[in-house]
Amino acid sequence: MSGSPHTAPATSAAAETPGTPRRPGWSKRRIALALVGATIAVWLLVKASEDWRTFAVVTLNGITLAALFFVVASGFTLIFGLMRVVNMAHGSLYLLGGYLALEMQDAWFKEDTGLGISLSGTGGADYDLVSWIVPLLISTGIIAVLGVLIQQVFLRWNQGQDLRQALITIALSVIFADQMLAAFGGISKDIKTPTDWPESIALPGDVRFGFFRGVIVLGAALLIGLGLWWLITRTRFGKIVRAGVDDRDMVSALGINVQLVFAAAFLLGALLAGLGGVLGGTMISLAPGEDTAFLLNSLIVVIIGGMGSLAGAAIGALALGLVDAYADVYLVFGDTDLTNYSILVTFALLVAVLAVRPLGLFGRPA
Amino acid sequence: MTASAGRTTWPVLAVVAGLAALAPLVFTDFFVSVILTKSLWLGVAAASLIFLSANGGMVSLAQVGIYGIAGMSFANLVAADGGSAAEWAPWLATLAAILIATAVGLAFGAIAARSVGIYFLMITLAFSVLVYYFFSQVTELSGFGGVNNVDLPALVGEPGQDPTRLYYVTLVVAILVFIGLRYASRTAFGLALQGLRDEPNRMRALGFNVTRHRILAFGLAAFVAAIAGVLSVWYNGRITPGSINLAQTIDVLIIAVIGGLYRLEGAWVGALTYALLDNYSREWTPTVGDVLGPERFNTILGVVFLVIVLLSPGGLVGLWEQGREFLGRRRRGPPGAVATPSPAGAAGDGTN
Repeated sequence: MSGSPHTAPATSAAAETPGTPRRPGWSKRRIALALVGATIAVWLLVKASEDWRTFAVVTLNGITLAALFFVVASGFTLIFGLMRVVNMAHGSLYLLGGYLALEMQDAWFKEDTGLGISLSGTGGADYDLVSWIVPLLISTGIIAVLGVLIQQVFLRWNQGQDLRQALITIALSVIFADQMLAAFGGISKDIKTPTDWPESIALPGDVRFGFFRGVIVLGAALLIGLGLWWLITRTRFGKIVRAGVDDRDMVSALGINVQLVFAAAFLLGALLAGLGGVLGGTMISLAPGEDTAFLLNSLIVVIIGGMGSLAGAAIGALALGLVDAYADVYLVFGDTDLTNYSILVTFALLVAVLAVRPLGLFGRPA
Repeated sequence: MTASAGRTTWPVLAVVAGLAALAPLVFTDFFVSVILTKSLWLGVAAASLIFLSANGGMVSLAQVGIYGIAGMSFANLVAADGGSAAEWAPWLATLAAILIATAVGLAFGAIAARSVGIYFLMITLAFSVLVYYFFSQVTELSGFGGVNNVDLPALVGEPGQDPTRLYYVTLVVAILVFIGLRYASRTAFGLALQGLRDEPNRMRALGFNVTRHRILAFGLAAFVAAIAGVLSVWYNGRITPGSINLAQTIDVLIIAVIGGLYRLEGAWVGALTYALLDNYSREWTPTVGDVLGPERFNTILGVVFLVIVLLSPGGLVGLWEQGREFLGRRRRGPPGAVATPSPAGAAGDGTN
């Protein structure tokens, strides 16, 4: 992803950090962070050498979690990069996408309810490939259209007022959350995978890993990442988007219909949120509060990676996913189990990045 | 805005405070507790947000996170069911809780204050949500059903039996916070803060340390938010992670926006509106399938918030001012350019 248009020179944060001029090279702060990083790496190596198999599974967990974070956050960062809109309703679009797909699956494809209780995802009912793909496509499409509607009805006439747009989307997220609670209830639900998909796959070294997480989610994220990269660096649309990020007025003056491009960007961004919702609803679960969780994840990913940068979203997602996965398992020191405190590690990651680069790893001043 | 408001503020404040002091004689205990006391401490929390936004141009969503830290610290330091129940004296715990939360607030500020505008909003939102997740995961501190039956200072008595004492305590604190924050915005510190809100580069050229100034302002707001956090525990007698979640963060933001993000007194106007809506909207809300009904308070709140943001970035106080301007009885300067996107342009948009 090094070809991303947003890869900024290392000094771009200087404008934001007055006081000490930022010199390239090794400041005290960077040395301190490098030491912390090295300590963590050594710690992980020690843990890994104790049990390679667990380490492999935990790492894969982190990577697949990162894949899901990337799908959701790439939509968030795309919208911000072009339009300077922080879409606080992004988490709501994620959750709604999942719920809609679940409703469709239940309504159209639930052949035999059986006991209705399932732990494995197959209990009682049979699902074929169509019963997963069709809800995914329709739900993603609905969310994409909904995103454009939000943009056209509420945001278009407030362009340039970024705080006001953020407040509008916050208001929408409050309404969405409450309506989803009313419509879909408070119980955690999940979307079923097709019954004939394998439960897990065997990897070298006698490691087994979930098929859906390891193949479908990871594959989808890679495809989306490559697709977005191609779209942004290789197509006319991407050219206009990149130009629009740099100088919206100039692009407009050149006779390009910027409004159309904005609508398209919102369509794509919302589509990614909806798609993420279907993937996440299958991989993890759907429940009230997941909208908050994925808004937070998207925020952290883009704060780490830099707003508006695709490469930043990928690296931010990977960092967050791995940190989450490792902290959930490896925060055990002798008899003291500190895994409860894993959220502090996420926080530390955020602080560490912001301490060095206030605009994120690939961020540029607006 | 401060100049024209300054002359009229003191008599108005005295009248409002006097009326508020008489409230327990007029209203039922229920109203005094659930509407008035709650508005007062929610207003203190919103005031800390408005202070930062109006003077520093920083819209912080970390205020609920900070008040959660204060509330949780207090609840853990005194005798209570759940949490660490350290059984300190309530006053000592109050002091310690405010200190802890202010210190954490300064640390948050040190990270966030280098960012501006929408970045600042996002980073502080992330802080607040992280605080919520921290307390919901660490049950050693938050108990399994929250920290309950918290020991309160003798001064507030038993709010469950007689809410009047807590009401007066909260009223005095709210008035002190209001006066204190107003005073702070007129000191050299406050004026410099307003300067770097509008022209950070010029202020830097004048030799001000912009980042340090922002951090200190954030610390002051954290101190006020911490007071609100302790008051919330005094009011509820308990604290749960659910009471400091994203919904609460947004509620305080909504209160601040309803009140207008650039007038300190708006915090309490917004809080009172919120508390009234919270209690009485359920009675007159018609039930429309699953979409609307007594259970759907958050939908009502979201719609009210949406309408206010769309119509008037100055909130209810701003609407009132717009109305006055419209009537043309008194020529006012445009409200100070604050973080709210340019009020002049926004007022134009409001006609849409």
